[in-house]
Amino acid sequence: MATTQAIAEQRPVIQLVNVNKTYPNGVQGLKDLNLSIGQGEFVIVIGLSGAGKSTMLRSINRLNEITSGDIIIDGQSITRAKGKSLREIRRNIGMIFQSFNLVKRSSVLRNVLTGRVAYHSTLNMILGIFPKKDKEIAYEALKRVNLAEKVYTRADQLSGGQQQRVSIARALAQEPKIILADEPVASLDPITTERVMDDLLRINRDLGITVLVNLHSIELARKYGDRIIGLRGGELVFDGPTAEATDSTLRAIYGEAILEEEDNKGEA
Amino acid sequence: MIPNQTTLPKKTGKVKFFTTLAMLLIIIITSAVITDVDFWQLFMNVGQAGYILDQMSRPDWSYVSIVLGPLVETIRMAILGTAFGALLAFPFSLYVARNMESNKAISSVLRFLMNIIRTIPELLLAAVFVAVFGIGPFAGIIALAIFSFGMVSKLFFESIETIDEGPIEALKSSGANRLEIMRYGVIPQVISYYWNYVLFAFEINIRASAVLGYIGAGGIGIFLQRALSQVRYDRVAVIILIIFVVVLAIDYVSNKVREKLL
Ligand SMILES: Nc1ncnc2c1ncn2[C@@H]1O[C@H](COP(=O)(O)OP(=O)(O)O)[C@@H](O)[C@H]1O
Ligand SMILES: [Mg+2]
Repeated sequence: MATTQAIAEQRPVIQLVNVNKTYPNGVQGLKDLNLSIGQGEFVIVIGLSGAGKSTMLRSINRLNEITSGDIIIDGQSITRAKGKSLREIRRNIGMIFQSFNLVKRSSVLRNVLTGRVAYHSTLNMILGIFPKKDKEIAYEALKRVNLAEKVYTRADQLSGGQQQRVSIARALAQEPKIILADEPVASLDPITTERVMDDLLRINRDLGITVLVNLHSIELARKYGDRIIGLRGGELVFDGPTAEATDSTLRAIYGEAILEEEDNKGEA
Repeated sequence: MIPNQTTLPKKTGKVKFFTTLAMLLIIIITSAVITDVDFWQLFMNVGQAGYILDQMSRPDWSYVSIVLGPLVETIRMAILGTAFGALLAFPFSLYVARNMESNKAISSVLRFLMNIIRTIPELLLAAVFVAVFGIGPFAGIIALAIFSFGMVSKLFFESIETIDEGPIEALKSSGANRLEIMRYGVIPQVISYYWNYVLFAFEINIRASAVLGYIGAGGIGIFLQRALSQVRYDRVAVIILIIFVVVLAIDYVSNKVREKLL
């Protein structure tokens, strides 16, 4: 853990500078957020429902526009990037969603290949021409999440946990520097939860990809995270190594609710 | 046991049925009076129907070889009309569907125009095009294309509006551009609906195409018109039979394919 901290200080891959986000309805999603995340870190973001976890993650790859401040990815401002350069920054950031977001009628391979789309000319992509190398990359990614044998199965024939691992493979096929996961296990049972989190951890350790995961569960956060970031009402209320995120510290910040959060998963 | 429930309550349906029937009769008789229907002539014509049926029961089979060419033309008109219309409907629907992030003003104008086109009956369209382009299959093809465009567009863009937006977001976050998002996030979700609607339009167009010839827009319809005006019901029978067989065959195949699609 000390090593990842050290690397983090050397080279930040994600920097948030005075980030504010106000939704059109006036809700303030993020309040003056400052953060620096280093290459190769495994960071877990916690907070109650509505704390701004999704807003933060989706601001990092600009699925959300921020109202003020700047977000810098690997030295480049994504906030000011336009068109092609925005898409090139996004290409380096894989995203995993609570609802998997696969094309259910398409095969597993098709779905994983979509992670390669941004690497090629639009014309080739419209015609559906992927280089042979891409299919190898997709297949490798599937092997990494132990789903090689499902390569030609239709996505909707897989279990929830398998679908989520396909979506991890899709993110991997992007050959990204960063992976963002927004509550990746919120709709999975405990055993598949473990498999999915193990996959994410392995990707982080083996490939050195920076991983940022939003989680509900403190228990999981402690089990997998090197570093924990706590949000409340859009503000940063905790940032430190996992060891410092003790029950008493968290209780002091959030009250009793944060330690019970696992029991009420039914969140939007 | 249910206590004291001795008498079965009356059904209210009977009264309603008879009042409805009476109302219907009144409506029919008044409209007949207003529009000057001659009941005597209606009765006389039943006699003529006997003659027609008699002729039709002895079809002029030699006529088959003559109408085979026009029949092929009718089918070709339906195919081309459907194809042109459906081809245009594809990008159009992707543009006007409300969840596709197109220019709002442009797409609502386009949707409005499409809705207007959809209100025009295809017979009227064909009549106009016969006047513009002259007698022949071209007028029919254009009319069928416009009809198919309206129908397929309407059904298809409404299907697009019901898709799962998740894959779109996933594609977007991976750095795909708008066309790539459509190609990999939208089209795979709706393409089977599209083919389904195209085949459905084709089934309708085959019937329509046979009728269109009647007003000079090409195909077998003109022979139907001719046979009728020559009072050759033995030939009318042949034409109706042929159309019947073709429509049935195409419906059958089309239905089989559509079952496979969904
Ligand atoms: N599209 C939106 N429009 C308006 N308010 C939103 C929108 N998305 C989220 N919010 C609000 O912003 C706050 C943070 O939401 P979110 O980032 O989804 O929290 P979390 O992911 O931690 O549960 C909440 O109060 C939520 O209601
Ligand atoms: Mg959330």
